[in-house]
Amino acid sequence: MANNITLTIDGHQVTVDHGTSILDAAKKINIKIPTLCHHEDLCVAGNCRICVVEQVGKQTLTASCATPADNGMIILTSSPKIRRARKDIMALLVSEHNTQCTTCYRSTNCELQILSAEYNVDNSIYMSVLKDGDCKIDKASWSVEKDNSKCIRCQRCVRTCAEIQHVNALAVTERGKDMKISTFMHLPMNEIVCTNCGQCITHCPTGALTERRYYDEIWAAIDDPKKHVIINTAPAVRVALGEMLGYPVGTRVTGKMVTALKQMGFNSVLDTDFTADLTIIEEGTELLGRLKDALVHKKQVSLPMITSCSPGWIKFIEHMYPEHLGHLSSCKSPQQMFGALAKTYYAEKMGIDPASIVSVAAMPCAAKKFEANRPEMRDSGFQDIDAGLTTRELGYMIKQSGLNFQDLENNSFDTIMGESTGAAVIFGATGGVMEAALRTAYFLITGRNVPFENLNIMPVRGLEGIKAASIKFEKCLPEYSFLEGVEAKVAIAHGLKNARVIMDQIVAGTSPYHFVEVMACPGGCIGGGGQPIPTTNEIRQKRIDATYAEDMGKPIRMSHENPEVAQIYAEYLKVPLGEKSHHLLHTKYRKRNRY
Amino acid sequence: MTQKPKKVDIIFSPYSVAPYQILKDTMKRSKEEVIAELVSSGLRGRGGAGFPTGMKWKFATEQKGSVKYVICNADEGEPGTFKDRKLLMSVPRKVISGMAICAWVTGSTEGFIYLRREYKYLVNDLQKEIDIFKQHSKEVGLNFNLQIFLGAGAYVCGEETALIESMEGKRGEPRNKPPYPIQDGFLGKPTVVNNVETFASASMVCRIGATEYKKFGTADQRGSKLFSISGDSPKEGVFELELGMSVEAFANEFGDGDTKAVQVGGVAGFCVPRKDFAKAIIGDGNTTGGSTMIFNSSRSMYRVLHNYLDFYAEESCGQCTPCRIGCQQLLKGIEAVKKGEKPAEYLDQLLKLSESMRLTSKCGLGQSVTNSFSSIVTNFREEMIF
Repeated sequence: MANNITLTIDGHQVTVDHGTSILDAAKKINIKIPTLCHHEDLCVAGNCRICVVEQVGKQTLTASCATPADNGMIILTSSPKIRRARKDIMALLVSEHNTQCTTCYRSTNCELQILSAEYNVDNSIYMSVLKDGDCKIDKASWSVEKDNSKCIRCQRCVRTCAEIQHVNALAVTERGKDMKISTFMHLPMNEIVCTNCGQCITHCPTGALTERRYYDEIWAAIDDPKKHVIINTAPAVRVALGEMLGYPVGTRVTGKMVTALKQMGFNSVLDTDFTADLTIIEEGTELLGRLKDALVHKKQVSLPMITSCSPGWIKFIEHMYPEHLGHLSSCKSPQQMFGALAKTYYAEKMGIDPASIVSVAAMPCAAKKFEANRPEMRDSGFQDIDAGLTTRELGYMIKQSGLNFQDLENNSFDTIMGESTGAAVIFGATGGVMEAALRTAYFLITGRNVPFENLNIMPVRGLEGIKAASIKFEKCLPEYSFLEGVEAKVAIAHGLKNARVIMDQIVAGTSPYHFVEVMACPGGCIGGGGQPIPTTNEIRQKRIDATYAEDMGKPIRMSHENPEVAQIYAEYLKVPLGEKSHHLLHTKYRKRNRY
Repeated sequence: MTQKPKKVDIIFSPYSVAPYQILKDTMKRSKEEVIAELVSSGLRGRGGAGFPTGMKWKFATEQKGSVKYVICNADEGEPGTFKDRKLLMSVPRKVISGMAICAWVTGSTEGFIYLRREYKYLVNDLQKEIDIFKQHSKEVGLNFNLQIFLGAGAYVCGEETALIESMEGKRGEPRNKPPYPIQDGFLGKPTVVNNVETFASASMVCRIGATEYKKFGTADQRGSKLFSISGDSPKEGVFELELGMSVEAFANEFGDGDTKAVQVGGVAGFCVPRKDFAKAIIGDGNTTGGSTMIFNSSRSMYRVLHNYLDFYAEESCGQCTPCRIGCQQLLKGIEAVKKGEKPAEYLDQLLKLSESMRLTSKCGLGQSVTNSFSSIVTNFREEMIF
C-alpha cells in the first residue's frame, strides 16, 4: 500500500503511506512538532503528550506521534489551544524535575531543557512534586548512573532495553504519583541483569541516565607528577568526538584529538587500534585452530566461534546463555589487551615502573568501564586499565582544558603501541571485526588478498541487523590444505536482540556459521552507549562512512602488516596463542544468573 | 412540581421460565435481525462512555478473522458504584446470556468475565452459573468457552485497553487509540468489551424487543439504568430507574431533604450543586456509569474534592504526563490554597490546568478529572478557600 493517505496539515495537503503517523506526515512538509517520548529507534509510546495537535472535529487533542494519518484528516499543529496545552505539559514535567541545569551532565544536550526554554517554562508555574526518594542517585554500577530526580518517565530507556537489547533491566514500576522507572525489586544497578551497554543513556532525553564519570580522577592523575598517564583511544571515538566539539556528524578528528590529548598532559597518546590488530592475529589463530581441530582431528569444538570485543555482549551471554560460553573467543577485548601490555611490555620498553602508570581508555562504550573493573582484568599484576572514558567524557575534558579544538594542528599517535592499520580502524563499525579478520585470515590461508575490490568486503557492511556471508578458500597454502574448498560461513549481529537470534540458533543446534561477530550496540561501536547523543540510524551511517573513509586513507589496511604487531611478536610475545599471549591477552568468562 | 423518578423492573425482573431461553429464542432469528434490534433499541454502553452497543457489535461482526473475543468488564471500580456486583449476584444468567448472544452474533468462541479482585467471593457462584450455561450452549450447538479472569485491583483497568493489557499479563496501562479493541484487542484480535449491565440489558432487549425497550427513557437515553445510590441518603442501594430524570427529582426521592450537591457518574462525573438541580438531567453527556453520591449541607466540598484527587493521584497509571503530574498538582494546589500558601487566584490556574488535562490525557481517566474538579471548584469556590 503505497502513498494512499491524503490529509491536510496547517492548510497544506500532504500524501503519505498508509500507517504514517501525523508527526511524520508533518515532518514531510517541514513542520516540526516537539517530541520527548518519541525516538525513531523505538516503538511508539505516546505518553509524554507534548506532540499534541488539533484534529478538527475532535473534542480532545491528538498525540501526533501515536496517531496514524487518515484520509481527510484536517490537522492544526499550532493554535492557542495547542500552545497552552504544550506549555502546561512542559510546566508539569519541570515541576517533577530536579532542575539542576547548572551542574547537570546533560545541560545543553537535554531535550527537556531545550523545550522548556522554547516554551518559556520554569519551575515557578506549578509547585514542585519532586519526591525526596527520587533524589538518591544510584551510583552502584561501574558503568551506568541512574538519577530518578531527572527522569521524565518517557520510558525510552525501558523500550530501548526491551526492544533493542532484549535485556529488560529497566521497567516501569509503581503507579500514579509514585510511578517510576526502576529495576527488578528496586535493586541497585550493579545487582541486576544489566549488560552495561549504555544504550539507555544514549536514548535518555535528560540527565536521568548517564555514564559513571571518571574525569576528575584522571585530571588528578595528570596533575600528579609521579604518575605516567597514558591513554588509548578506540577507533569509534575519532569519528564521533567531533560531534561534541561543534563539528558536523561524520567528521574525522583523529589528528586534532591526538594533539589535544597531548596538550592536556597525557604522557603518551596511543592507539587502541594497535591491540585491535593484535586481536585479529590472536583471534584469527584461535579460529584456525578450532577449524583444524574440527576438520583434521575430528574433535568436538565449539563452533561457531564468536568475537569477544564487546563487553556488553560478554555480560549478555554470561547472563543469558551461561551454558554456551565455549563459543566465545578467549581473546580479551582490544582495550584489555592494551591494558595488560601497557603495564608489562610498554613499561619494560619505556623503562617505567608499571606501578606509576595510570592507563586510561577512551571508548565509545559504557560497558568498558565495567570491563576495566572485572577482577579477571589484572593480568599485568595491576589493574590493567585504570579508567575508561566515554567519547562524551573525553569531549567534556577537552572543553574543560580550554583548548580551541578546531584550531589545533593534526598530530600522530605516539609510539610504541600507537601504530594501526585500516583493518583496526573498521573495528568501530558493525561487520568491521569480521572484515578485518577475513582480510588477514584469507591472506594467511591462501597467500593472496581477499577477492574483493580494494579489500572492501561489502557483504559484511551495513546496518542490517544480522548479516550473513560466506567465503570459499581455494588454492590454500600447504599448511592450510585442510581448508581447501571449504566455504567459511560467517554472520554479523549488532544489537543484543539480534545476538539473541544467533544464540538461539546455536542452542537449537541449527547455526550454520563458523565465525560470528557480535556487537552489543546497534551499528557497532560507532553507535555505542558512550557516544555523543543523539544517535539515530542516519547518524550511525555517517559515523560508519567516516570509519570506512579513515580505513581507505590508511597506508596499511591489513592487521598482519602492522609493523608494531610484528615487532611485539618478535620481541615479546613470540607466537600467537603462545604462553605470554595466554597470560596477558586471553581471559575466561563466568556463568551469571538470569535474574 | 417535579416528576418522581420512575422505577422500572426490566433488568432485575425474574428469569424466563427455562434457563437460557432468551439465548435459545434469539438464536432462532437471523444475526442481522438481532443486530438491527439492538441498534434500534438505542441501548448505549452502561460503563460510562455510552457507545451504542448495537453499533459496536455490528463493527465486530464486520471484522475479518476467525478469532474474536468477548469480554465482560466487571472491573467495577468507580467510587460509588456497586450495581454490577448486585447484578452478578442476583441475575448473572442475564449477563451470560448477553455475552453468549454477542458471541453468537459476532462469531466469537472465547469469552472472559474480567472480575475485579475485590469481588473474588462471587467466583464460586458465577462459575456454577457458567457450568449451567455450558450445558445449555451445548444443547443449542453454541461453541463459546467462557472463563472468569480476576483483575489485580487497579482502577485504570476498568478502561478497556488497560483491561486488555492486564489480561495479556502486562502493566495495566491504556493503549493508544486507534486502533480500538474492536479492531485490535486482546492478543491483537477483534474484541468486544462491554460492561456487565450492558450485556444484561442487551439480553433484555432481545427478550422484550426494541419497541418495548424504547418506551423507557428519552430520545437520547433509551431504556432503564441501574443507579448505585450512596451518601447522605436514607435509602441507599441499587435502583433500576428510567433514564431522563432531573437531579431535582432524584434528590427529592433519594436525598435526606438537606441535599447540597449530587455527584453524578462517580468521581469521573460531574458534581451538580443545588442551584442547578432543576435543569440537570441525569444521563446527559453520556455519564451513564450509574454512580450517584448525595451530599448534604454537613459535607465539606473541599474534603470531597480532596478525596477525589487523592484517589486520582494514586490510581492514575502514571504513564502520561498530564494525568500523572496534573493530578498531583491539583491535589497539592487545593491544599496550598486552603492553607493560604497560594492565593485564591491559583484556583483559576488549576482550572486551566484541568482543561489541559482534559485535552491532552491519553485515556478517559485523565480526561475526566476536570469534570469533578471544575464543577466543584466553580460551584463551591468559597469552600475551597475558607
